[in-house]
Order: sequence, then structure tokens, then C-alpha cells
Amino acid sequence: MKVVSHTVPESRVLEHPFFSGMDPQLAKPIVAKAVERLYSAGEVLAEEGTPCEEFFLVYEGKVGLEVGAADRPRLTVQTVGWGELVGWSWLVPPYEWRFEARAVKPTRVVVLDAPTVRQALEANPGLGYQFLLRLLPVVAERLENARVQLLDIHGR
Amino acid sequence: MVAEHLPTGTVPVNGPHPLAPRLAVVKRHTRETVDTVTLVLSSPTGEPFPRFVPGQFNMLYLPGIGEAAISISGDPKNREELIHTVRAAGKISNALSALLPGATVGFRGPYGHGWPLEKAVGKDLLILAGGLGLPPLRPLLYELLSQRERFGRVEIVYGARSPGDLVHYSQVQEWRRRSDIRFQTTVDAAGRDWYGDVGVVTTRIPDMRFDAANSVAFLCGPEIMMKLTARALEARGVPKEAMWVSMERNMKCAIGFCGHCQFGPSFICRDGPVLNYKLLEPLLWAKEV
Repeated sequence: MKVVSHTVPESRVLEHPFFSGMDPQLAKPIVAKAVERLYSAGEVLAEEGTPCEEFFLVYEGKVGLEVGAADRPRLTVQTVGWGELVGWSWLVPPYEWRFEARAVKPTRVVVLDAPTVRQALEANPGLGYQFLLRLLPVVAERLENARVQLLDIHGR
Repeated sequence: MVAEHLPTGTVPVNGPHPLAPRLAVVKRHTRETVDTVTLVLSSPTGEPFPRFVPGQFNMLYLPGIGEAAISISGDPKNREELIHTVRAAGKISNALSALLPGATVGFRGPYGHGWPLEKAVGKDLLILAGGLGLPPLRPLLYELLSQRERFGRVEIVYGARSPGDLVHYSQVQEWRRRSDIRFQTTVDAAGRDWYGDVGVVTTRIPDMRFDAANSVAFLCGPEIMMKLTARALEARGVPKEAMWVSMERNMKCAIGFCGHCQFGPSFICRDGPVLNYKLLEPLLWAKEV
């Protein structure tokens, strides 16, 4: 993993589709401490069961979300790419990653600092609401996708 | 004796019985996945196979075992070969899948209405296939690629259960390399040796590029996949009447008189298998039909 930039301009963060339509002034506290990183294929962005202190906005590349059990190989259940977000375990106690995120190919992300964002959302409910309006559809879509996967529509 | 029990107009009085099969010989047998094979049939007499429209099907017949409706998956311009991709899922399809070169098989057809490709001329064309939904769309791909300039953007998404369940894999790889279409593949789940996309077909829809108001969509796959895909396309602005789906039901006669494949007011064999989504939507979403 390589840090591309320790200081990411607000405009760079806010151009990500996740923040589409958000007032830049309102979003300002969220993007403090944002860094830009580049991951090589195979590198781990987040490890299941470890503290979730950050989350990722994907700008380029592809990230596989993996689940696993001790007695079987890890399984990629979804890939996410440009314009998508990786991680919401930072918002829900105990703030631990619930899955593993691994770069499937070279991937460029902006990393947001979870404690900073949590604090900003707590301090300003208006910002918190705007943020959740953007996060909830991501969660809902992944839940729906997981349900469709459970249906095993291509099964025999 | 032949014609008098059948509806007027169904049978040419002096022609062959409509349920009588022609014979074909297995020329090649290609294993696609653990349970799916492609059979390339040739004509023992050298007589060309009947013309067909992409999306139509044949009834394949094995004496003493039975008959099954199988979509035609080859190039419509190639009348020297008849190509069917078969998943071993029951008595007849198990037996068909086991046929080796030199074996004889009966067929009759082609039957039904195919993909209305002419409706996509000058428009963006969206093709979404799930699992064994690719073979019925393969003739359409041959057809549209032979007249590519007549269409706008062509966006294709093909999803399967796992990487090992993708059929016609080498051809899919060729299509993915083409610059005049965009062909995405995705699988429901995969190991780390898969570098492609993972997620159900609908996860690729936000990434598709098209002019929704000027698009036509063709969907083929499990019914639940087609329903969810149509709903996702509709959310992106594709009108219901611009979407067609290919339905599958238990077909027996294939010519619309036995009623086995009835779905609401339609006989899938005669009125389908390709039907407009707007007409079908209430039935597809009904709890029971």
C-alpha cells in the first residue's frame, strides 16, 4: 500500500458520487484527515475482526468483499469499484470490520478517518442526516443483493 | 387422419405431421460446465436446417425417452449446423447431455417468437443474461454483430452462479475484448482466483451506459433474475414496453394446442418464448398464476 497524498483537497473528496449534492460547507468536517492511497492487487484494505478506524471511497480499481469460515476457503461475495464505498462497520459499535476487503486489481481510494467523521456527525445532526441519507441506500442495496444471492437463482 | 384432429390452418393437408421429428446427427459435444454441454448437430442428408429467428427453440426428441424444448444457440446464418446448449436437469436433458458424436437425435421446429431485434435499430441495446440465459441470446449476438452499425451502444451483462458456471466461456472472452460492444461478466460468489466482478446481475446495472428513453432491453435467465433486472432497468428509466423477456414453461406440443405451457392468457410456446415485459409484468409479480 502506498500513501499517494496526506492532504486531499475537499473538492477531490466531494467529487466522489457518494457525496453527490452535499453542501461542501456542511461536508467540510468530514473530509478533515482524509488521505489518498493506492493498493496493489491482492493487498488487504480491511481485515475482518480488527478495529474499524477508517473507511474508503473508491476512485479507481476494484475491491473484493470477502467472508470466510475456518473450514472453507474465503469467498468473495461482492466487488465494488469506482464511485462506491467500502465500510460502514465504523458507524456501528463495536466498530470492528465485519468482512475483509481486498484489492482485486490496483485500486486508488480516499480514506476517511472514522473517529473524525463520527464526531462530525454527532456534532451536527443536519450533517448526520445528510450523511445517513447517502449511506443507507448503500447498506440497503447490499442487503438486497445478499438476499438475492441467498435465493441462489442460478442454482440447480 | 393426421389433419382432422387439429385446428384448421395448423397443418398443411399434404405436408408432414407437425409433431413428426426430423433426424440430426451429433457432430460435436462440448462440455461447457459440470452439468451443461453444447451439441452441434449436422444433417444426415445434407439438407440445410430450417431457418430460425434468434430466441426460437426446437423440440429435441430421443425415442423411448421423450421430448424437450431447447433454445437454439448457434448462428442463424449457419444452416449446416444446429446448435443447442443443454443443462442436464431431468430425464430427457440428462440423456441429451450424454449424446456423443455419431448419435442420432430427432428435432422439430423452430418454434415460437424470438427477440424483436428490429425494434432496437437506431437505439441502445441492453442485453442481460443469467446462467443458462446466455445460449438463447447467443444467436441474437451473432445477428447484431453482423449488422453492428444499425444500433447505438450495445451493453451486455452476463451473470452466473460461479466462474465455473459461465458457459461459452472462450467466446465470452472474445466478446469482452471487442471495442464496439461492452460485455461485462459477473458471478454470485467466487474464490480469490477470480479477478472479475462479483455480485448479482443487477449490481452491474448502475455501471451500464445508455440513453434510457432510447433503449431496448432483452433479458433471459431465471424468472427471479429477469424480474429484478427489469425493475432495476425501470428505475434507471427504461420503459416497460421497451423490455422483452424469454419465458420458460413445460412445453409439450410446442404449437399451441396442448396448453401445458399456458401462462395467464399466453401459451409460451406459441406466443413466446420472448414476450414483452409490460404485458407480462403483472403475472411475473403475482404470487400465484
